[in-house]
Amino acid sequence: MSESIDIINAFALLTNFVILPALSYGSQLALGALAVTLVYSILRFSNFAQGDSMAFGTMLTIIISGYMISRGWTITGVPTALLAIPMALIGMSIYLLTMDRLVYRYYRKIKAKQNIIGITASIGVMFVTGGIVRFVLGASAQRFGDGERFIFSVREFKAFTGLEQGIALKTSQFLTITVAILLVSFLFYFLQRTKTGKAMRAYSDNTELALLSGIDPDKVVRITWLLVALFTTIAGTLYGLDKGFAPQQYHLLLLPIFASVIVGGIGSPIGAIAGAFLVAFSEILLTYAYKKFLIYLLPLSMHPNSLVQLIGTEYKYAISFVILVIVLIIKPTGLFKGKVLDE
Amino acid sequence: MNNINNVWELYKTPISFVIMGLVLLFVGFNQSWALALGIINLSLISAIMALGVNIQWGYAGLFNVGIMGFAALGGVSVVLIAQQPVTEAIDAGGMKMLFSLIFGAVTIIVGVLLNRRGVNKWLTALIVVIGYLITRYYFSEAAGLIEKVNPAITGYLGGFGLPVAFSWVVGGLAAAGAAWWIGKITLGLRADYLAIATLGISEIILYVIKNEDWLVRGLKNVYGLPRPVAYELDMQKSEWFQNIVAWIHRIELNLLSETQKAVQLTDYVRDAAVVYVKLSYTGLFVLILAAFIVLSNLALNSPWGRKVRAIRDNEVAASAMGKNITRQHLQIFVLGSAIVGVAGALLVTYDGIFIPTAYQPLRFTFLIWVMVILGGSGNNMGSILGAFIIWFMWIQSGPMGLWLVEMLGNYIQEGNTSLEFLEDRVHYLRLVFMGTILLLIMRFSPGGILPEKNKEL
Repeated sequence: MSESIDIINAFALLTNFVILPALSYGSQLALGALAVTLVYSILRFSNFAQGDSMAFGTMLTIIISGYMISRGWTITGVPTALLAIPMALIGMSIYLLTMDRLVYRYYRKIKAKQNIIGITASIGVMFVTGGIVRFVLGASAQRFGDGERFIFSVREFKAFTGLEQGIALKTSQFLTITVAILLVSFLFYFLQRTKTGKAMRAYSDNTELALLSGIDPDKVVRITWLLVALFTTIAGTLYGLDKGFAPQQYHLLLLPIFASVIVGGIGSPIGAIAGAFLVAFSEILLTYAYKKFLIYLLPLSMHPNSLVQLIGTEYKYAISFVILVIVLIIKPTGLFKGKVLDE
Repeated sequence: MNNINNVWELYKTPISFVIMGLVLLFVGFNQSWALALGIINLSLISAIMALGVNIQWGYAGLFNVGIMGFAALGGVSVVLIAQQPVTEAIDAGGMKMLFSLIFGAVTIIVGVLLNRRGVNKWLTALIVVIGYLITRYYFSEAAGLIEKVNPAITGYLGGFGLPVAFSWVVGGLAAAGAAWWIGKITLGLRADYLAIATLGISEIILYVIKNEDWLVRGLKNVYGLPRPVAYELDMQKSEWFQNIVAWIHRIELNLLSETQKAVQLTDYVRDAAVVYVKLSYTGLFVLILAAFIVLSNLALNSPWGRKVRAIRDNEVAASAMGKNITRQHLQIFVLGSAIVGVAGALLVTYDGIFIPTAYQPLRFTFLIWVMVILGGSGNNMGSILGAFIIWFMWIQSGPMGLWLVEMLGNYIQEGNTSLEFLEDRVHYLRLVFMGTILLLIMRFSPGGILPEKNKEL
């Protein structure tokens, strides 16, 4: 350990253990939160099945990539899971459209109080989906990433820069951030520029008016589920590549995802993304142990003895909850003015 | 056909309960009385929980996805009230823990007060953060000291050693407190805020239970909780009980020789003691359930109950009549959660052991939900019937699934790995099964088996 104040190493440390993980975790949350926002804007209910749907999509990726590896259909250096996503996407779309046909469509047709009925129905779907995933893959955690683990590792970084404290960029982190940027740009382009996207926004803003101007509601709903399948499968796979796959973990992702959506303002896509990063950064900043960071920054006499960790890692889900509560008390509309009351 | 329909419409409540009773009698005669009574007891506890949820969902349309958390609070209070205190642990770190908790509470109160007075926000935040850090420092020191005391057996503070019945009340109060806090924040906003907040709080309650070893031993079970009824061993030793059992089985016993008789009698007494203990629990739970039903039916048919239903059926009209909807919802949410808390305490009392890992959302939150919706939301008798039906299916679906796998096994050759795979995983299909039941009822019979009678006022 250095004995003088060392700002560069301190920030290298922070980048490696806080900024990069939070950026990739935030991207994963953002994709999940966008799927929830899409369902909310078009189908008008909060989809409690989101976490387990992500597990379902990841399950498809795991099965398909397993098959591809066994046949030797791999590309060196690239995680096979990434190549399996298109196939998984098809499976996921079929699953979501079937669920819509069997469960949700009926309540749209009878014009039920959609939010409360939708929540109940989606909880039913959540358990069915979770049950299928656990039946197929079991409940224990597993890893399915292959290929290069690092874009550059701590040792390479140290050799390159000569710093004492290294930064590693994991392939999964790099992939997550890149794919998230691509997907989000695609979504905004789609919603702002294409005819179908505009139809979807019109339908979300004022359903009656949209129907009067000849927008086909079934088509809007179908496109929505396809987009949800895209975001859900990719978010789930990226999360799994980064942190491993465990059904219960995915189920609990519901909490940070909903916290992101509500912090940003329900129904607002930009809000969902901003909320996701807020939640991810708070979670990691508050559970990080600052001992080493402070040792770099403070003179020897002030070096801390304890870990200097604000909240134990085991309470990371509590952080999303506390953020949620604070937002509900201070600003229930969220950062970007979402819808606060039931219509 | 028309006649049958009429009879069903008129007497569906007694008919459904009689059918359920016959099924349980069948289990008693064919499998064992201990099993049948076990199913009845857990159904009764589930019925109390379902009653609480029905008050929230059926009377007011409030969506509680955190039943598990409220039940766990009830369970914790059994440990904290009824267990004997661990004196070494209290000597080691009790005062420090008390000090840190008081310091934490003072910090929160000071923070709230400063915020109300309009003192500079950054200054308030700074004071709260410093207070938090000091609290945390003493807290972790105290927790470490307490957890070091004989961790294999205790490692926690223990309870107050009070009568176990007292803990049911405390369990209800604890759940009511948590519900009040959640309700205060989320009620009056969107319906899904309440759902998400309850989901969150129930997970957090469990994280606290599992991680704070000094409180209820963390992930380790707490054994030997005191009982409100007699112990099997005492019953086996008592003279009068042996005499009664001998009298019940006098015909079988008279056929045997003296030595065989004694052996046989011990067997009978052992079985009878189990049944006796379970029966006393059944009596206790029936009494509590009946009390809750009578109270809630009285409440529902009072002016208060009419107001509650008026608000549920048309919030806008009720609000125009000058009813405070948010306050009403808060009342109902607190009441329902308190009942769930009491049921959670009863469950742990019945088990005699506190198992933190047993709290699964499926077993608590979701199963209770299906009970309420299957039985008929808004109808108390419906919730009870739903509790019996779903708990029965839940208990029997495990063996049924394994039985199905075995049947399949007859057609698949020996040593096939897919069979082991199925045996290992088949219980996850219960999730699919229960989810499907919920979706089917919602779709085809939204009123449930026993729909609410006076839907219109």
